[in-house]
Amino acid sequence: MASIRELQVNGRAIKVEADVERTLLSVLRDDLDLTGAKYGCGEGECGACTVLIDGVAARSCRRKVGDLGAKKITTIESLSANGKLHALQQAFWDVGALQCGYCTPGMIMSALSLLNKNPNPTNAEIVRAMDGNICRCGTYGRIVTAISSAAKQIREAK
Amino acid sequence: MKTFDDVLIEPERYELHAAPVYNFRLARRNFFKLLGGGVLVVAVIQEVAGQESGRAGRRGGGQRPSNIGAWLHIGENGSITVFSGKAEVGQNIRTSLTQVVAEELRVPISSIRLVLGDTQLTPYDAGTFGSRTTPDMAPQLGRVAAVAREALIDLAAEQQKSERADFVIADSKVKNSKTGEFFAFGQLTKGQKLMKSVADNVTVTPPREWKIAGTSVRKVDGADFVSGKHTYASDVKLPGMLHGKIVRPSAFRAKLASLDSKEAEAMAGVTAVHDQDFVGVVAPDVLTAQRAATAIRAEWTATPQISDAELFQRLKKGARAEGEKATTPKKDDDAQTLNATYTIAYIAHAPLEPRAAVAEWKDDKLTVWTGTQRPFGVRSELAQAFRISESNIRVIVPDTGAGYGGKHNGEAAVEAARLAKSVGKPVKLVWTREEEFTWAYFRPAGVIDVTATVTRDGKVTAWDFHNYNSGGSGIRMLYDVPGAKTEFHNAQSPLRQGSYRALAATANHFARESHMDELARAVKMDPLEFRLKNLKDTRLRSVLQAAADKFQWSKAKPDEQRGFGIAGGSEKSSYVATCAEVKIDPKTRKVSVVRVVQAFECGAVLNPDGLRNQNEGAIVQGIGGALFEAIRFSNGKISNPRFSGYRVPRFSDAPQIEIVLLDRKDAPSNGAGETPIVGIAPAIGNAICSATGTRLRSMPLAPDGLKA
Repeated sequence: MASIRELQVNGRAIKVEADVERTLLSVLRDDLDLTGAKYGCGEGECGACTVLIDGVAARSCRRKVGDLGAKKITTIESLSANGKLHALQQAFWDVGALQCGYCTPGMIMSALSLLNKNPNPTNAEIVRAMDGNICRCGTYGRIVTAISSAAKQIREAK
Repeated sequence: MKTFDDVLIEPERYELHAAPVYNFRLARRNFFKLLGGGVLVVAVIQEVAGQESGRAGRRGGGQRPSNIGAWLHIGENGSITVFSGKAEVGQNIRTSLTQVVAEELRVPISSIRLVLGDTQLTPYDAGTFGSRTTPDMAPQLGRVAAVAREALIDLAAEQQKSERADFVIADSKVKNSKTGEFFAFGQLTKGQKLMKSVADNVTVTPPREWKIAGTSVRKVDGADFVSGKHTYASDVKLPGMLHGKIVRPSAFRAKLASLDSKEAEAMAGVTAVHDQDFVGVVAPDVLTAQRAATAIRAEWTATPQISDAELFQRLKKGARAEGEKATTPKKDDDAQTLNATYTIAYIAHAPLEPRAAVAEWKDDKLTVWTGTQRPFGVRSELAQAFRISESNIRVIVPDTGAGYGGKHNGEAAVEAARLAKSVGKPVKLVWTREEEFTWAYFRPAGVIDVTATVTRDGKVTAWDFHNYNSGGSGIRMLYDVPGAKTEFHNAQSPLRQGSYRALAATANHFARESHMDELARAVKMDPLEFRLKNLKDTRLRSVLQAAADKFQWSKAKPDEQRGFGIAGGSEKSSYVATCAEVKIDPKTRKVSVVRVVQAFECGAVLNPDGLRNQNEGAIVQGIGGALFEAIRFSNGKISNPRFSGYRVPRFSDAPQIEIVLLDRKDAPSNGAGETPIVGIAPAIGNAICSATGTRLRSMPLAPDGLKA
């Protein structure tokens, strides 16, 4: 069985021995102990497993590690530096844009991907960009508020 | 002592019919060995027999176990730890319960550690359901913390050889108000092994004087959730842990006919486990476990089973009690009688974290990490499954990726433990989404027949209401109709069914509030005015009025593309009124909910923002069941066991929501995880009818839009 030896995760080349057919989600969670990305459906329908691949949101449950090569993977664990939360993380917490929190890392990574492309999204643009992420607790309105407020903070900090 | 968790189990909690048998006793010495010295508040739980009497099928009768539980511990270093057997599943009780303790001890939120849902550490608890945490557990922890507060004052008076009345608690310290001296909790508890019991007569802070309770404290450990650090059951990893996968039967109730696991067992690191009809595999990683499960040749014998098309006919035919025939009220020119039948489909909870467990055996002692609303119930299931004593089992429930009433059992826990037993190593089992949509239990489907009479001037004079299968919760007639009759009839369910947020209150409110709307239309009265005319209950009147005012109900004028609906309700001692505005696309006939105003009253509010969040979430979740969620099935299989086939509400389905909270500082705090969901379906149905003139009587109302 073919396997990979290395993955580029959160700015580092990480040694890992994994079957090329395994999902990125499983390797992140089970081999690298990066459990922020969650299993929710395995078919790319819920967004709980969202990470960034080369800066763009991707469903890690649908990506085989053998296809990733030197692509740069970013997970939720890399967002807060030196104990300081990322503006999106802080806004989700402050606004109460979560209940059980299981969808939250995927929401934040999808939102980060959106803000990378569009630093000043309208609410309608946020809804369109986030529609592939499910929050079963139904905190959608708060998530839109949190993303909008974080976007403003990020713009003002620049 | 007051019965703090005296839960009456509703008949539709079908999944709870097995009662836990337990016998848990810890002596004083053991507590301090476990927790260290300091001040400990304990309580003897006496109401266990009463708790179980509400359950059907109780086993091991005659046993009256006593249970001393440690509720709060202030360590020798002043650390405060609180213990509760409740589970956090997103309803944010970790925050609200912490607030209650902080209030009584006059300490900041951050100084309290709350241990939840650990059968080894927390006192017995029947489970986290029925909106009982706020009315029962919060006052219990309030009393516990008040006892601790008084014990600290006793210690200060004793140690300072001074009058007790001189001491107060302020700023996390005990203060001598005469001398102005402060004593840290740790100073007072050092070297102590003081055990106090909870008394009923301890003074707790009344809501009007709350400083920490009653405020919008954000999720206490929210930083762990937004940073991905929180460890859910499905994130637990143990040294040497393997991954399991279950080979599922071909259909519900199928029996294993033959099994060939040679190919699977030839795979590197794979073990196949076969025990009666249980078939599973264990492998070093998830992919290998999937491959091994696929390689197992299992043949199953299944019997023919009905499909969703035949469901409602079957439920009513199979109903055990037909009840008395509906009375036919006198017909005259001054009154009219309306009959209608409402139906409710099976729906799935679909919590985003599927059932998951990690099980580890050590010398016949079993530890399981799992996401459940009933840690002690799962312990009991494990004891029964493996015929071992509950004292050899520890169930640990990390804050869980939601439940909505759907995680009352320990399926994954039992399966993971069975696999782990065979391989002698820890095993993790995470159900796939398809398994969760198939092998969990569903919200019961139901048929509801209503016959009601209304006079020309808008008084409801007769009400006959029969619910088949979905349940009796929220069935009570809330409006004033002398002689109103409501009845729940058991039926044979073709699918495994059980509790769901608010139980049958959603179905019963849907039928009642839709039918009330029909009656109002029949006499050409405004639906709000009609409700108020037939309603004395002041708490329900208040929420209806509050929602209508905020919504500007009197200005809402429907047309063909825009409808407005109102519904009221009450369940679990909470009151709700929901106003909804819907838009109907003239071309596609798709229905969208654009605006919702909901007024809610549940006594004194512990955390206003948390309560708003619960209301908002319930509305969004309720839109799914109201408009498009339905489990489809045929011949023992679920036809749509994926998010791609089972539509749940998404960002684009969420309306603009305004919540009006009526905070009643004079009334006891009640739970709010459930009742906020009961108003939205009838409000939407009523809104659609106001626009189209067509009454929709089957939930989901418009899975593919309205018919042309």
